[in-house]
Amino acid sequence: MYWTGFFNDFEPWEEMTRLQEEVNRLFDDYGLGRRRTFPEVNIWTNEDSALITAEMPGLDSKDINLSIQEQSLILEGERKPHELKEGERFHRRERGFGEFKRVIQLPFPVNADKIEAHFKNGVLSVTLPRAEED
Amino acid sequence: MAEAKSLQKKEADSLEKTERTRSGKVFTPATDIIETGSAIIVLADMPGVDEKSIDITLEDNQLTIQSNVEFEKPKDYHLLYSEYDVGDYYRSFSLSDAIDRDKIEATYKNGLLRLTLPKAEKAKARQIAVKAE
Repeated sequence: MYWTGFFNDFEPWEEMTRLQEEVNRLFDDYGLGRRRTFPEVNIWTNEDSALITAEMPGLDSKDINLSIQEQSLILEGERKPHELKEGERFHRRERGFGEFKRVIQLPFPVNADKIEAHFKNGVLSVTLPRAEED
Repeated sequence: MAEAKSLQKKEADSLEKTERTRSGKVFTPATDIIETGSAIIVLADMPGVDEKSIDITLEDNQLTIQSNVEFEKPKDYHLLYSEYDVGDYYRSFSLSDAIDRDKIEATYKNGLLRLTLPKAEKAKARQIAVKAE
């Protein structure tokens, strides 16, 4: 069923998809139209905490934003492209760039005050202690 | 999908004429190559390596980047969910004679290897004035 009248201009899901595409611009494959996940993450757990690692080469720690929303870790930022100066040109371009945002569902509630994050050699490690009341 | 340029790590197709004596996966780092007026810049994504383990060799015309990654599994954790794998990196490039081989420089920062391959004097573009007769 199509909506009629004013509702033709209002397609909430389409809007959501568009926003998602904005956020996922990084995943574009230079015209191939494929979507990519960036950064890729691994999730490790034990009884007391979760450890999330992500490979984010070429970023600076200040370009990475982490936040907690309910039981999810939000990882966002931007990988900036190499800016060509005058007279420079690309021979090969495989490294993606752009804004990214990942919402990572955590296996249990965490204590947001005790989260620790390290960024070393392009690998992000976030330790999230399990909430005590859980 | 195999040919797609990708942000995802790509496993190396084959190691030319070389047999590996280590176990584990090998990845081809995603690479940008930029030509400037005075040099060729190579940017390669190699997250998680120790800069001391990066080995850059130049033999004949072949420039090879490799790095052996010593992955330590996080202690007392088990893997719940995985999107990426950790392994060594390997990639080689053929160079033209127009590179000044003695002046190749490499830096590694935040998981990104940057090679600067300066052009040899004779290969630099020169402005040639056209004389009027």
